[in-house]
Amino acid sequence: MALLEVENLQTHFRTPDGINRAVDGVSFQVDEGETLAIVGESGCGKSVTSMSLMRLIPEPPGRIAGAVRFQGRDLLQLSEREMRAVRGNDVSMIFQEPMSSLNPVLTVGRQIGETLRMHQGLDKQAAELRAVEMLNLVGIPEPARRVREYPHQLSGGMRQRVMIAMALACNPKLLIADEPTTALDVTIQAQILQLMLDLKRRVGAAIVLITHDLGVVAEIAERVMVMYAGRKVEEAPVARLFRSPRHPYTQGLLGAVPKLGSSLTGAARRLTEIPGQVPSLKKAIEGCAFAGRCALATDLCRQVAPGLEVKGPGHIAACHYAAKEAAAA
Amino acid sequence: MSAPLLQVNDLKKHFPVRSGLFGRRSGSVYAVDGVSFEVDRGETLSLVGESGCGKSTVGRAILRLFDITSGQVVLDGQRIDDLSPGGLRAMRRRVQVVFQDPFSSLNPRMRVRDILAEPIRNFSLAKSSADLEMRVAALMDTVRLPRDALNRRPHEFSGGQRQRIGIARALAAEPDLIVCDEAVSALDVSVKAQIVNLLQDLQQQFGLALLFISHDLAIVEHMTHRVAVMYLGRIVEMAPRQKIFTAPGHPYTKALLSAVPEPGAARNPIILKGDVPSPINPPKGCRFNTRCPFVFDRCKAEEPQLRSAGDGQWVACHLEALPEAPGSAG
Amino acid sequence: MTVSTTRTVTLPPGLVIAPQLPDLLRPVKIRRGVLGFLRGHPTVAIGSALLLCLVLVAIFAPYLGTVDPTALAPAKRTRAPSADFWFGTDMLGRDIYSRVLYGTRVSLTVGLSVAVLASLAGLAVGLVSGFVRWADGILMRFIDGLMSIPPILLAVALMALTRGSVGNVILAITVAEIPRVTRLVRGVVLSLREQPYVDAATASGTRTPMIIMRHILPNTLAPMLVQATYICASAMIVESILSFIGAGTPPTIPSWGNIMAEGRALWQVKPFIVFFPAAFLSVTVLAVNLLGDGLRDALDPRMAKSL
Repeated sequence: MALLEVENLQTHFRTPDGINRAVDGVSFQVDEGETLAIVGESGCGKSVTSMSLMRLIPEPPGRIAGAVRFQGRDLLQLSEREMRAVRGNDVSMIFQEPMSSLNPVLTVGRQIGETLRMHQGLDKQAAELRAVEMLNLVGIPEPARRVREYPHQLSGGMRQRVMIAMALACNPKLLIADEPTTALDVTIQAQILQLMLDLKRRVGAAIVLITHDLGVVAEIAERVMVMYAGRKVEEAPVARLFRSPRHPYTQGLLGAVPKLGSSLTGAARRLTEIPGQVPSLKKAIEGCAFAGRCALATDLCRQVAPGLEVKGPGHIAACHYAAKEAAAA
Repeated sequence: MSAPLLQVNDLKKHFPVRSGLFGRRSGSVYAVDGVSFEVDRGETLSLVGESGCGKSTVGRAILRLFDITSGQVVLDGQRIDDLSPGGLRAMRRRVQVVFQDPFSSLNPRMRVRDILAEPIRNFSLAKSSADLEMRVAALMDTVRLPRDALNRRPHEFSGGQRQRIGIARALAAEPDLIVCDEAVSALDVSVKAQIVNLLQDLQQQFGLALLFISHDLAIVEHMTHRVAVMYLGRIVEMAPRQKIFTAPGHPYTKALLSAVPEPGAARNPIILKGDVPSPINPPKGCRFNTRCPFVFDRCKAEEPQLRSAGDGQWVACHLEALPEAPGSAG
Repeated sequence: MTVSTTRTVTLPPGLVIAPQLPDLLRPVKIRRGVLGFLRGHPTVAIGSALLLCLVLVAIFAPYLGTVDPTALAPAKRTRAPSADFWFGTDMLGRDIYSRVLYGTRVSLTVGLSVAVLASLAGLAVGLVSGFVRWADGILMRFIDGLMSIPPILLAVALMALTRGSVGNVILAITVAEIPRVTRLVRGVVLSLREQPYVDAATASGTRTPMIIMRHILPNTLAPMLVQATYICASAMIVESILSFIGAGTPPTIPSWGNIMAEGRALWQVKPFIVFFPAAFLSVTVLAVNLLGDGLRDALDPRMAKSL
């Protein structure tokens, strides 16, 4: 049994100008110790998916449906009280903005200790000891001193390390990381990515990594799932996805990112554009959501939404035409 | 060959740090501390570096959005850093800007038509109101937006479309140089490609020079001619595109390049220790000495100057000055 | 979404189709126009409806079954509310219903005038201090000083210097309210000056006066409008307090504060004298505040947070 099984997850929001179908029928699973990356552009529903897993979506105006089975237990059916026992304990989360996700008036140690005292019933001293241990684990120098500092005394990279320490304090089985390095500079991002890789080996938690950066995906994930307009369009093992993307959207995304080393090839290549804009999620989309921007689209695509089809080992994509290529290949 | 379009000589911008009841000046942020470079006509020079390195401050100094602390900014042979507001206005036409955030860079209460007409009116570029109308419409064609969008307001557009409006506004003044301050950083991947391609096309079409300020090295490599790498208010390396991406000279450039995560590439990143020091109190000697993997005594005592390493490459590092520079990871 | 789609294509065999999923929420009726706006923002609707009624009452006070509010009738003193005297009469036999209705005029006049005058003056001072660096220090210290005096005390002090008249009441309260607007406008101006579109305008050669007129001023109006409603409410309260302590509207003009002041001595035996003007004051202030809250939510939500 997979650690996390998400089935037909739907998250809709009521807004003054229509129903926003932010996530509309997303299914995936994550095995123990595995890292799944969810990638897509802004508004594709990747962050809403992660918030929905933790049930951090306010209802109303939101509404979540489907099933989120964590160790066989459907989190969507739990009471708010039971859910609180899950959050930060079995499942924890790292956010993009370390500054706004840390409480500015509490010391770092207090904030890490809080989770431990709440979930593991540790006393004050034990919690602080464990906090120091956690800061040490995430590579913060002088943890015994840092534990008494406030978030504003730390740099951006340090704060993200503290966030990770906090998330890992209770030995979660699943870690949801929502754009954990997006707000950081490249050299700091490299530090944090290395830390995450290192921790993955040592701690063994499964990770759901939300990101828009395909480079980051290549760095730590084993499997990738690509989202577009609230739907899942493709999923594959990382190397396979980068080598032979099936969905035209994934192909477009990969072509639109310039790669380092382009100066070696000499002649300036034009970047592949994906024409047009992401469709509005506030209107029901008929057919394939990508049809309006896709060079291969036909009337079939515009009228019948493609389902996810197997294209190769562990590789699925939702495209009527990629299917034919796969059959031929 | 004629003089370069833009020359920046030993530019410094120090922002005061005020504290206490009466806001006494208690120190300075050395945002830009002695930067020199040139941009030729039709050329793209990229300023790269991490946040706080002063690259945006350089851009804003060239735009004369504030008074500089010292140094010279010379546009087409004329100093613009000491012009009076009246004289400056005429020069402003020649340097325009595209900002990062497509949402805050357009006045939410103005129609696209008025946004584009503003620079044309300011610089009296249109002969008549019919001419103005024609120019505004032509600008929309140039940035590939429909003409009927002229009567709409910014919030009715997506991020990429807004960035196109921002570019059209910059073009409206018929500039020689456009400062692109992280102009594509906030955009989604697929839209980013559209805007990068557009900027390249416009450069060809109008012979524009671009000062491309960015932290995204892959985009920079894709579209630049030359690169200047900044660290804590100084340029640590400057070189033509191919040189900097294939044979970086400065340890910081190497680390920066190796830190970019890349799909499908086996890498061995140089992980720098620690964080960028504060620009209020930059390290003595070489500013990079606190994080440099190759640091030695001289780096802590003496600040290295930019030195030619041949082929238009300039590096500010004591290692480069040594007889045999280490053939390190790069 | 139901399966009522008219397909013009034939489905090839073996086609994989995405499962049809239900809509989780009822469809939203998109509301447009003024009525749509009001339905979407009920606080604005209730607030402005109440306020509109009060404005009509103030304008048409003479035609709403009132008598001369200053007419004395010693024989009919302190009558309880009845069919003849809806709100009763006061200790001089004047009809409280008529007095309260005419009092609406004073309150609304003071409230609206102060809101407009304080906003205009505050806007001017705020713009200067947001744009002229050397003036900023001086103006702000002066404003700080002004703010350190409670507005009511300041108004009382100012009233002590002049004769009681509605005009002077308005002036006194305006002076006391200016600092609030100034602070707001200065804050908004300083944050707007940092906006990239202002930099872009500077770079495209727009002169400072034009930048203020075109890029700064229009974007300060929304937060100022919200602030103005709060000032209006607070001005009406201050006017009543001033009148209540005899430092405001002269006793010859019926105002809610005056009526309450006169009924104060009889509060325990004839509570209706105080009750009706107090109730009108509360409802009016409530209406204005509802309008302000609603506008704050309806206008740019980012700006609203700075209030």
